[in-house]
Amino acid sequence: MNTRIYIPSDTTAKALGADRLARKMTALAVERGVGLEIVRNGSRGLYWLEPLVEVDTPQGRMGFGPVKEKDLDALFDVEFWRGGQDHPLALGAVEEIPYLKRQQRLTFARAGVIDPLSLADYRAHSGYQGLSNALALDAQAIVDAVKASGLRGRGGAAFPTGIKWQTVLDACAEQKYIVCNADEGDSGTFADRLVMECDPFMLIEGMTISGLAVGATQGYIYLRSEYPLAFETLNSAIATAYANNLLGDNIQGSGCRFDLEVRMGAGAYICGEETSLLESLEGKRGLVRAKPPLPAIVGLFGKPTVVNNVLSLAAVPFILDQGAQAYADCGMGRSRGTLPFQLSGNVKRGGLVELAFGPSLRELMFDFGGGTRNGRPLRAVQVGGPLGAYLPESQWDTALDYEAFAGEGAVLGHGGVVMFDDSVDMSEQARFSMEFCVAESCGKCTPCRIGSTRGVEVIDRIRAGENREANLELLADLCETLVDGSLCAMGGMTPFPVQSAIKHFGEDFVSTPNRVLEEV
Amino acid sequence: MSNTDITPWHPEVAGAIIEELKSRPGALLPILHALQDRFGHIPAEAVALIAPALKTTRAEVHGVISFYHHFRNQQPGRHVVEMCRAEACQAQGARALEAHAKQTLGIDYHGTSEDRTVTLEPVYCLGNCACGPSVRVGDDIHAFVTPDAFDVLMDDLKTERLEVK
Repeated sequence: MNTRIYIPSDTTAKALGADRLARKMTALAVERGVGLEIVRNGSRGLYWLEPLVEVDTPQGRMGFGPVKEKDLDALFDVEFWRGGQDHPLALGAVEEIPYLKRQQRLTFARAGVIDPLSLADYRAHSGYQGLSNALALDAQAIVDAVKASGLRGRGGAAFPTGIKWQTVLDACAEQKYIVCNADEGDSGTFADRLVMECDPFMLIEGMTISGLAVGATQGYIYLRSEYPLAFETLNSAIATAYANNLLGDNIQGSGCRFDLEVRMGAGAYICGEETSLLESLEGKRGLVRAKPPLPAIVGLFGKPTVVNNVLSLAAVPFILDQGAQAYADCGMGRSRGTLPFQLSGNVKRGGLVELAFGPSLRELMFDFGGGTRNGRPLRAVQVGGPLGAYLPESQWDTALDYEAFAGEGAVLGHGGVVMFDDSVDMSEQARFSMEFCVAESCGKCTPCRIGSTRGVEVIDRIRAGENREANLELLADLCETLVDGSLCAMGGMTPFPVQSAIKHFGEDFVSTPNRVLEEV
Repeated sequence: MSNTDITPWHPEVAGAIIEELKSRPGALLPILHALQDRFGHIPAEAVALIAPALKTTRAEVHGVISFYHHFRNQQPGRHVVEMCRAEACQAQGARALEAHAKQTLGIDYHGTSEDRTVTLEPVYCLGNCACGPSVRVGDDIHAFVTPDAFDVLMDDLKTERLEVK
């Protein structure tokens, strides 16, 4: 019998050479007369080990990584397919790797384990049990389950998902929509991408359940154009779901209908804002809409619409399968369940870390991340994307919890954690935040459209040493105007990284920074 | 979406694409994607075809094309090279890499090299944030791109060495 070998196929594994590796392994197996069955699984998100080759053995899956093409001859020499550990890249049982073992994988339980496009694999790992349960419930009972789970919007705003669904359920309309926000534009985040590339049926199932819950028959996944592989994977999975009565007009023989389509964005960060996203789906420029009316009442094409992030919808199958309580049992305070954190930037062990809310940022960055990749001292951390604050060491003991972060003037957002070493110039980072807003503002409201340009100019003057004190005061005023006067979070939060940089790293806002870096 | 599938502008082909997609709800973005995937860009002539098909004005169509960074109205070079400028890549040396790329190619962002091999574009995050700096060429993402690795990548594009897939 052929030994089953897993080689990941997500964007990062491919970027690190997984496709070439798979081709070469196939060729070597033929050359050496070894019977191997190579399965392209998703990625477990342990990115410092990618490409992570796994061998299926009676003792479980044994790992080797990171494996380069040049390592293959030596691996064949030690007959790695027997799972033997006599090789420097041997990692032992994959499930026992502490980085993975210490996580609470509810949403990402299947990622990297299954072939993303195998419906049989998905079903064998609890897939579609949530939908089966949902089909036996009435709409209100599904909404109640999501409410009881305590799930809050994982896109960043953390609005209770069940309450949003209730609003749409209660709205009267002949047509309602489910829109999945897959415009994962925050730098340092890739959890949505991992869901779509490694476990696409979970998202499809979550959206279908959402449709049943609120009475919507049409869903759209609004996907950013920077994710070509996710586009391909989702479309394949959707076709399979249709072919198996998991989408369409008679889901699982229930007579219920739900149709689903992927729509591609076009490189506009602002379209991650829900009303801008809806405009874009309607075929318009992504200009932000004023709220109210809420999209739950007047959404896509003017109809009641659930707009949820990928991770919110992806959490739903677990909740309907294992029960709301099982989800709510994880977490702290009002932050229930798990958040898939994403460690990136200058980090030794970058990747996806799904944890129940509660541990400290420091534990995440050091116990999991292992500190910086280049070994230099860690200086600043941006949490929650380009609109999130930079945190200095004095704030690293903050618990990973929505309210605890808000108390520090910071946000958890979508769970992205970007680490910078001590060579970072924080005035340059502050300038970039304004520059990014210049590039990505939709232009609808003045503080954001013009304020960001003025922000770049003022920071340039401060960095050049022109009237430093007066210009810092001007910048503080400008930030306040953006926060208070913008229609959406783009203008309203762009000042967060700027203000935090000034507050915590003020020494960088002089014309000739005199910080001396230590020798490492 | 690979540049190798691009064909020269042809109004009848464009008309057929528009006809096929125009009745979908919110059809404009799908139409623009389909046209750009086919022709490499969306020429001004396309605007005049799309507007009446969607019963909207040319100004509206133009406004949408110019709003989104992804859409272009000029034919790019044989390869579109997108450099990630976002924070996670900055923390890994993306600023030095983008300066190197501009200098060695002799072009700024949105520019096309003289031999028309490469069009350089900025991008804000490719979702490869644990392994930056990241660069996208066509639909392929490259990880840990050092200036040296970038030079090798560009040499490969220039010599059009075809990788056996």
